[in-house]
Amino acid sequence: MNILKTTASILALTAFAAPAMADDIKIGVISVLEGAFAGPGMDGVRGAKLAVQEAGGAVGGNEIEIVTMSSDASPDSAVNAARKLIEQDEVDLIVGPLSGSEGLALRDLSKSYPDVTFLNGSSASQDTTLRDASENFFRFGGDGAQWMVGVGDYAFNDLGYESVAIVGEDYSFPYTQVLGFMAEYCEAGGRVPEKFWTPIGNKDYSSIVYSIPQDVDAIFVVLGGADAVNFLTQYAQAGGDKPIIGSSVTIDQSVLDSQGPFKDLLVGAPSGTPTVSNFEGEEWQAFVASYNEAFPDGFSAPSIFGHHYYMSTKAAMLALEEVGGDLSDGQEAFRAALTDLEFVTPTGGTMRLDENRNGIVDNFVTEVFEREDGTLGNRVVKVVRDVDQYLGMDKDEFMAMGPVSRDNPSCP
Amino acid sequence: MKNAPLLAVLLALPLFLNDFWLTQVATRALILGITALSLSFLATYLGVVSFAQAMMAGIAGYTIAYFGPNTVAIGWELPFWLSIPLALVLATLAGALTGLVARRSRGIYAIMITLAIGVAFFYLTRQNYSLFNGWTGFSGVRAPQVFGLNLRAPVPLYLMTLAVAVAALVLVAGFVRSPLGLTIQALRDAPGRVRALGIPALGPIVAAFAFSGFIAGAGGILNVWYNERISSFSVGLGPIIDILIICVIGGLRHPAGAFIGAIAFVLLETFAVDLIDRDRFNTLIGLVLLAIVMLAPNGLQGMAAALVARLRPRAATPKTSI
Repeated sequence: MNILKTTASILALTAFAAPAMADDIKIGVISVLEGAFAGPGMDGVRGAKLAVQEAGGAVGGNEIEIVTMSSDASPDSAVNAARKLIEQDEVDLIVGPLSGSEGLALRDLSKSYPDVTFLNGSSASQDTTLRDASENFFRFGGDGAQWMVGVGDYAFNDLGYESVAIVGEDYSFPYTQVLGFMAEYCEAGGRVPEKFWTPIGNKDYSSIVYSIPQDVDAIFVVLGGADAVNFLTQYAQAGGDKPIIGSSVTIDQSVLDSQGPFKDLLVGAPSGTPTVSNFEGEEWQAFVASYNEAFPDGFSAPSIFGHHYYMSTKAAMLALEEVGGDLSDGQEAFRAALTDLEFVTPTGGTMRLDENRNGIVDNFVTEVFEREDGTLGNRVVKVVRDVDQYLGMDKDEFMAMGPVSRDNPSCP
Repeated sequence: MKNAPLLAVLLALPLFLNDFWLTQVATRALILGITALSLSFLATYLGVVSFAQAMMAGIAGYTIAYFGPNTVAIGWELPFWLSIPLALVLATLAGALTGLVARRSRGIYAIMITLAIGVAFFYLTRQNYSLFNGWTGFSGVRAPQVFGLNLRAPVPLYLMTLAVAVAALVLVAGFVRSPLGLTIQALRDAPGRVRALGIPALGPIVAAFAFSGFIAGAGGILNVWYNERISSFSVGLGPIIDILIICVIGGLRHPAGAFIGAIAFVLLETFAVDLIDRDRFNTLIGLVLLAIVMLAPNGLQGMAAALVARLRPRAATPKTSI
């Protein structure tokens, strides 16, 4: 027992040892710094730090201090991290989290802490802001459906795919991506006769490979990382030759670099994403230069996670500047400034929020191409500006579609 | 009554600790300790290490979420005085079923079979939407209001958890002294002889698992009130292993070890990040756990007991079992 008490008191002392200055503004950053997502998660933290550095580390004479916390990508751990940041480290703002179900959990938690402002990191669940929204939860970015805007239209009108089968991981993010695709694709006249949902981390796709109908024109693959590589390999080995359409997480450089028999299937594959690392826009190039200077040991260009944490933190910096660092009255003035904020994003568009405090964003349609040396790259086909959460539809019509699920939307 | 001073200190904790320490550290440690106690009971007295305790706790938690107020519009609301007993009954049944399946297994085979049950339950919750709401699970689960008192408020939640923890320890102590408890320990030490005496083994083993399911269920109910949510992540491999780690670092020789392990675990998990470079805190957690296992093979509880014994050489050797 004695050892325990000593340990406890040492730990307690350390925790209380560094009291913050009264005027400091503390930002808690929640990201995934352990497990499979540690690489992307660390890039999220870099994005947040970059925004603070660019603001000079202070706003209106108030030092900005960043406190990072790790979650393991589960909602429970994101909630624990947020509670510690708020109650123990006494942060004023929280930037994060990384993944969708964490976002929903923090949205719920934010209702219990009305004096803290939550700025979403890169989580892209639709309902975080669309249904049951929270007054103090802001997302300066899009949801998974917004990230697919432009692809359905491109697949039907430019590529001429009249029917598409879908293979996706069985949880909310792929459902939302499918909504973003199908909203446009079905409207344009396309059909989706069959959807196959598989558990995340599945290794054996043979039952799906052999069930894909022969009469579809393409397969929309909503799988990420190793799942995508496994499915594409098994599909190609079974002699599958349908063209591929990728989700925002499928056409990743790590998938493009994989040695597999599926290379031919991927060339020409379109996908949708809010972040293209080699985009040639002027603002993006400036952003990449600033990122590389600040983090020589980071990625060669910011990832989707770095990009989104950056935008949220930048929004916080700009709004803080506008109110001179004033966070009194339950952060009322600061939140009003956030709500009315407009700024130019690294992708060159104008970021602003809709009535649910969700970003109106730029989105890219990209396509895989083969370089002269035989490696695969991803290039921009078109940029869609001002994508809102209703995907350009009438609000009531959009809400009438109901929450996404395995079977919603549907156009067989 | 030798534990009275300790109990008095624990009861007085709300006077000294702020909400963060009381809820995030003390209450959370007690809740994890209750669930871990269900495993250390099985490991100590039946000699079986079960990886299905997170499943039993999860069943109770999901029952509370399904039959309680939540924000995902699944299930229907029952008054808490119905949903709580229902959750405990279902967790006990889950424990009994696990016992029925694993009754002939020991050692590594029991670990494999209970691990399979735990992981199967995890995938069920992740894929089933009508009962478990899949990946997303339940959110907005609120603890009941009793006579206008919100049981999720820091002090009531802490005192309630403390009461449940004490009750669980008393129950375990009573159970292992009962004829059934003695039979279970006999099965642990000499299963062949017990059978030779004509005592059927099935009943006691299933009863032990059912009892551990009941305790895990109590922990699961408190956990869902504490987190205000439950999802497939709450019953995954992470929580399954956490429970085992807590038992091992606490020590398996005395039921109280589960709680000591839980305190060490929660302190480490909460504060390691403040002590070391934030990208490397898992290394620190791992090193400390390794050190505990190497320096104190009987866990922190065993270490504390040895220390007390050395300080008071003439006192009777502390009872380590029963």
